[in-house]
Amino acid sequence: MRITCPNCGQRDLREFTYMGHAVALNRPAADADLAQWDDYLHNRDNPAGPTDELWYHGAGCTAWLKVRRDTVTHVISDAWLVMPPSKGVK
Amino acid sequence: MRFSGLRVITEALRGNKSWTPHWRNPEPKAHYDAIVIGGGGHGLATAFYLAENHGLRNVAVLEKGYLGSGNIGRNTTIVRANYGLPGNSEFYSHSLKLWEGMEGALNYNVMHSQRGIINLFHSDGQRDAYARRGNAMINQGDDAFLLDREGVRKILPYLDFDNTRFPIYGGLYHPRGGTARHDAVAWGYARGADKRGVDLIQNCEVTGIDVDNGKVVGVQTTRGAIRAPKVGIVVAGRSSQVAAMAGMRLPIESHILQAFVTEGLKPVIDHVVTFGAGHFYISQSDKGGLVFGGDLDYYASYAQRGNLPIAEHVIEAGMTLMPMIGKAKLLRSWGGIMDMSPDGSPIIDKTHIDGLYLNCGWCYGGFKAVPASGWCMAHLMATDTPHEVARGYRLDRFATGRGLMDEEGTGSQHNLH
Repeated sequence: MRITCPNCGQRDLREFTYMGHAVALNRPAADADLAQWDDYLHNRDNPAGPTDELWYHGAGCTAWLKVRRDTVTHVISDAWLVMPPSKGVK
Repeated sequence: MRFSGLRVITEALRGNKSWTPHWRNPEPKAHYDAIVIGGGGHGLATAFYLAENHGLRNVAVLEKGYLGSGNIGRNTTIVRANYGLPGNSEFYSHSLKLWEGMEGALNYNVMHSQRGIINLFHSDGQRDAYARRGNAMINQGDDAFLLDREGVRKILPYLDFDNTRFPIYGGLYHPRGGTARHDAVAWGYARGADKRGVDLIQNCEVTGIDVDNGKVVGVQTTRGAIRAPKVGIVVAGRSSQVAAMAGMRLPIESHILQAFVTEGLKPVIDHVVTFGAGHFYISQSDKGGLVFGGDLDYYASYAQRGNLPIAEHVIEAGMTLMPMIGKAKLLRSWGGIMDMSPDGSPIIDKTHIDGLYLNCGWCYGGFKAVPASGWCMAHLMATDTPHEVARGYRLDRFATGRGLMDEEGTGSQHNLH
């Protein structure tokens, strides 16, 4: 797999770390009920097909990306920045 | 048809003309007392024990492909009972005992070979962790020996003991561990279940689960509707998709685990050897191929194939441990779909729907669990109560935080196991 990082262009899988489903971006409010926290932490749609995930470009610009990837074909159709690159890293 | 040594000789003399198919190929009936979704190792074992232990014979196994076409048909075949935590320990101990009696119980040669497993360690800390694990195994009534460096050298002289990064300090030896012929396990349970009246329905994909007033009443399939008051979902690898048919969202993420086989070689590796520090384990099949694997690719996948970084990593680890395998040619590799649960332990439980039962989350360790998983799933489906060795495998343990079984001590969220 290769991921096209919005900062760096197309890069090899080895530069990235998978950080789980993009559901992690939708953190419940601190006073949300336990079922919402259980859904957030544990339960997953786990689709066989396109899905949104978080990948960390640790060996590149250190940005966190939201990546749309097909779990059956491994085809990556899009990637967005979740956070800007760390200070001092271009 | 019963197998025996005499029968094999007689058939050989008569040109092997009177062997018969191992199971029927029946049409699905309109109604069963219980349905097992999934004709893999766990599903077939569940059906076998429903008939054998609980007298439930009007049972169907529904398989979307052919029997044993999932992970039971492609895995690294290791059988062991070396778990450390209560909840897992008694379950895998029970499973190993069932393995030891399996060939007699099924009248089927599953080529179960108790050749011993050695988990290597490379530091004082790792030695202490393995000593603790070995003590847990002994407390459970299973076998474990802590070998020092010379003890390992005696049985595995071919390892690189003085590797700069991973010098070998010793190993945890589990003599009753070993391997088995994976396909034969599926075939043996299928044949045994069929003989006891279970209908094995192949090419029959479940497309819906029918629920009426909070109670399961049957399933929709590509071969029509089938009624049953009890339905077991035993489809590790596709659990999320099947559970979604009943409106459930599971604590499962599907990941890929790669494995590799070399060309056939003369006998060279007599045991199962694991190199946890480097993510590599290996055994040699009876056909001669070196069968080895490592860790997950670590991203969600249903592709049934992995990527090169992990292939390289596993093979580098193998070369680090036993440089002698460098000249073997790789014959094939594959990737299996792993039901990864947050704490790395499985689920065998009832669901919020009456009569609907769930067996999933086997992570990368489902093969050795096949007999006990079937045994306990059948017990749950027949009696509506969990079997005592599987009572820890609750579906709600993630929501409540009670009874988490995190064998690796890394936490209870996805992507940690």
